Amino acid sequence: MYFSELVSRLADGFLITVQLLGWSGLFAALIGTVLAGMRVSPITPFRAVGTVYVNTFRNTPLVVLFLIAVVGLPALGILQDSFFWRAVIALSTYTAAFVCECLRSGINTVQPGQAEAARSVGMTFGQTLAIVVLPQAFRAVIPPLASVFIALTKNTSVAAAFGITEATYQLSNLIRDFPGSLVTNFIGISIGYILIVAVISGTASLLERRVAVAR
Amino acid sequence: MSSVLFDVAGPRARARQRVGTVVGTVLVLGLLGWVLWILWQKEQITPDKWEAFTEPQILEGLAEGLLDTLKAAAVAIALAVAFGLVFASGRLSDHAVLRWPSVLVVEFFRAVPLLLLILFIFFGLGSTLGTFWSLVLGLTLYNGSVLAEIFRAGILSVPRGQSEAAYSVGMRKSQVMRMVLMPQAVRAMLPAIISQCVVALKDTALGFVIGAAGIVDEAARIYISPLYRNPLAVGLVLSAVFIVINYALSRLAQYLESRMRREGRQVVGEEASAAATG
Amino acid sequence: MRFGRTKALCAATMLALALGACGEDTEGGDVEVEDSPEFPAGSTMAELGEEGVTIGVKFDQPGIGFLEPGADDPSGFDIEMAKIIAAELGIAPEDIEWKETVSDNREPFLENDTVDMVLASYSITDERRNIVGQAGPYYVTGQQLLVAADDDSISGPEDLEGKKVCSVTGSTSIQTVEEKYGADPIPFDTYSDCVTQLQNGSVDAVTTDGAILLGYAAQDPENLKVVGEEFSEERYGVGYSKGDTEFCEFLTDTIEASIEDGTWEEAFQATLGEAGVETPEPPDLDPCV
Repeated sequence: MYFSELVSRLADGFLITVQLLGWSGLFAALIGTVLAGMRVSPITPFRAVGTVYVNTFRNTPLVVLFLIAVVGLPALGILQDSFFWRAVIALSTYTAAFVCECLRSGINTVQPGQAEAARSVGMTFGQTLAIVVLPQAFRAVIPPLASVFIALTKNTSVAAAFGITEATYQLSNLIRDFPGSLVTNFIGISIGYILIVAVISGTASLLERRVAVAR
Repeated sequence: MSSVLFDVAGPRARARQRVGTVVGTVLVLGLLGWVLWILWQKEQITPDKWEAFTEPQILEGLAEGLLDTLKAAAVAIALAVAFGLVFASGRLSDHAVLRWPSVLVVEFFRAVPLLLLILFIFFGLGSTLGTFWSLVLGLTLYNGSVLAEIFRAGILSVPRGQSEAAYSVGMRKSQVMRMVLMPQAVRAMLPAIISQCVVALKDTALGFVIGAAGIVDEAARIYISPLYRNPLAVGLVLSAVFIVINYALSRLAQYLESRMRREGRQVVGEEASAAATG
Repeated sequence: MRFGRTKALCAATMLALALGACGEDTEGGDVEVEDSPEFPAGSTMAELGEEGVTIGVKFDQPGIGFLEPGADDPSGFDIEMAKIIAAELGIAPEDIEWKETVSDNREPFLENDTVDMVLASYSITDERRNIVGQAGPYYVTGQQLLVAADDDSISGPEDLEGKKVCSVTGSTSIQTVEEKYGADPIPFDTYSDCVTQLQNGSVDAVTTDGAILLGYAAQDPENLKVVGEEFSEERYGVGYSKGDTEFCEFLTDTIEASIEDGTWEEAFQATLGEAGVETPEPPDLDPCV
């Protein structure tokens, strides 16, 4: 009885965790890439915006961002219907800062010779970036990016305090209904997170091997 | 300036860049202005929303909350460093009986979400520990595990000659570890430790969820009170406080790192540390 | 103990006279402090009378136990009842030490003597009576719903199907509305967060003990209202260290006296009554075990 309840509630909770992870990850990747581009561009205001963004969001606790998103935004009349999307906003804007820094350090690992060669055959900034630099940067960046997404997975748990019935929220539920099951609940939920993390790491390793370049 | 992506700009490129800069500035300022205007329209940043921060009693409360937060972070980091040292040497031990549990412990606490860990501790031991120690214990276990990995990398990065010399004068492994490797490793990892402080400080905000005293908890009281109703203003002030402190800490870490590089010391990379991943 | 009871009645009479003379100028009414109450030597009452009392209350429930940001002391119905009890011990309201208790640490605080008493919307349950003592109840309430003042679509729990209802994570309130009435549960850490979400339109209702909801409605009567019949029963009691029967009888006597002499009603009117609600019938108190 307990075990089947445990599994069914964990399934409900993790379904939402995975949805949060998916959407936040997607937006974080998009915003982070744009930010990285801004930070390396020759246009000063873009660079400034990128730097300010990163320094702001990296140094602010996620909880505070959630507060602003979940409690502050509705006061502006935005997204009153959906706790989910407010959580996605908080998570993706936060993670985007880290994605940006990852990509930026990846770009910096690409040897200048590559870009020089690209320019010498007449490629524009855009072409150099897209065809020569970014693909190589991406290769260098897979392990740290995987770490960022693993951190995002764990950060989705904060949504439990802001109206989302995801995996961590189930802990209090289960304790209330099955007192004395604290340890098993905790282990059960942990296993769920560990599985997701393992999938992310595994995918990263696979990707790494496929794009590895013989040096 | 040249970088991987573009050469030093020639005259046409410079002209293009100037145009781009102007356009960019206009865009950015325009966007910023628009956002501020909307916030003003919806009465979220009007002067009355900031009133709360002029009340001396409230400022006092916030200052106390900040002190509580800093206390929690400081204690957690101190304990985490100790934890990290213990488990790093555990992982490097020759005795499997020490090694395997160390691996399990460190990997487990790194994989589990910190909020889940804190809730588990609070529900289980909260009666004896209280909110402060539940929070600190959770922070210690998590940051300690991250530091254990960083320390392990640090110890492994100490030049082999050091340990070889130590062994050759007859030291046993534990002595080598304690007297030769650890001190050098810790010095090399000072920047990483400070970055971890930033992480710990941010994570103290999670204490808000279990009702631990701290600046987030204090600040939440403000926007909840019917007198003020200013969640956005409160949120902005909170971020500002954290940003200032964390930015200062990060710069300190960067400064230490560059100084150590100049001295030619080994510096352990922290790409995989929590500070770089969030 | 007849001795204690007589003293209590005496004090209650003096209280009533004093209050009649003073009128109600402060929020929550004045309590007349017992000059030098006599208690049996070694009893908890004597001890507390000497050393002062630490009382665990809520800081985040308006009308019941709420600490305004920047204020020194909390205010609310629980606070008023606590002041009445402390007055019986000979302790002035200014001398009471208030400690914040959240739902999870009420028992631990009593067990390790962090506080001497708990008045924190503390529902009396058999499980809790295994760990601590609970005297009272001094107030009976039940689960109700808080909705927007202009929302007529919800008049009771039956109307909750598919609606977003907010309550505290892990509470029985949130379980009840989800499982029995088909609502969409939105969990938050505190009721205040829930009310904020109600006020900005993100949820349709907030549910918990009516007493707590009344406190919020009292803060914002133009925009919030409490609806529906109570669909559970919560009896608020005073928590004390288990086994201290003497103290329990003192507490029960004090509460009964305050009901009889009208101070109970005044405490209610000054706090929860601000929501425009009629003073309910005072409860029947449990015997001390």
